[in-house]
Amino acid sequence: MDDLIIAGEKFTSRLIMGTGGAPSLEVLDQALVASGTELTTVAMRRLDPAARGSVLDVLRRRDIKVLPNTAGCFTAGDAVLTARLAREALGTDWVKLEVISDERTLLPDPIETFDAAERLVADGFVVLPYIGDDPALARRLEQAGCAAVMPLGAPIGSGLGIRNPHNIELIVEAASVPVILDAGIGTASDAALAMELGCDAVLLATAVTRAQRPDLMATAMRGAVQAGRLARLAGRIPRRRYAEASSPMTP
Amino acid sequence: MRVTINGDAREVPDGTTVAQAVRILTGVTTGVAVAVNDEVVTRGTWETTPLRDSDRVEVLTAVQGG
Repeated sequence: MDDLIIAGEKFTSRLIMGTGGAPSLEVLDQALVASGTELTTVAMRRLDPAARGSVLDVLRRRDIKVLPNTAGCFTAGDAVLTARLAREALGTDWVKLEVISDERTLLPDPIETFDAAERLVADGFVVLPYIGDDPALARRLEQAGCAAVMPLGAPIGSGLGIRNPHNIELIVEAASVPVILDAGIGTASDAALAMELGCDAVLLATAVTRAQRPDLMATAMRGAVQAGRLARLAGRIPRRRYAEASSPMTP
Repeated sequence: MRVTINGDAREVPDGTTVAQAVRILTGVTTGVAVAVNDEVVTRGTWETTPLRDSDRVEVLTAVQGG
């Protein structure tokens, strides 16, 4: 399959994984391996002296590039500080920018996200912003220098799939940076649909980590992303109102 | 003097450095970042940056998320 390129960096896998929700680091490790992912998100939190094992060890052992996020931030200021701390802790200037508006929906706040994106781009970060399925905002963030845009399919952890495929198509049509479908994926067909709509990659966590068998679902997602990408490249047939015979009609 | 480290108030000797504050929590330094009063303190300056009374120290690391 063709490579995914973000900010000049090449990835063979178009499945980006999150690490939230896994019952243990062992389960997470197995799921990440099964997914074939090469880029995986982590969150930044206060160091817990009692914690044993680290998600970073898992990523390092599997040679997976770490993508810190700013999950838990409600303001641009918080997100910028979190990104700077992540850069210091992890030695990467990549950041998945996530500024949420409220805890009930976890929907991204467009104003704070745009503000933070501008500040982080100016500070030399490779910024991948998590946004609503808003074509206008996606375009503005691309113009502001973001390396990709990450529209949601549905709220984080909801498993509702892609609620507005039309808007995702509009974002894809206008974008010249990668479009990564982020959040809302519930099962493999959702991930395949994202790729068929023209997204360049899919980011998911809960659908795998909270599945009854995370490693099996990770394998399913890997196949779905590949199938969806191939279908997109192949070019689907137009939808028709009536039948079109595939065999000659005259005997 | 009194400082706050990851939300906990602590009594530390005058002249305590950022590096010493980190060591109260952990011996590990890789994958860890520090902010004092919402400003990042780069690792190379931990040993030479003294804390002041009422400083708020945040010691962060990567965890599962996203």
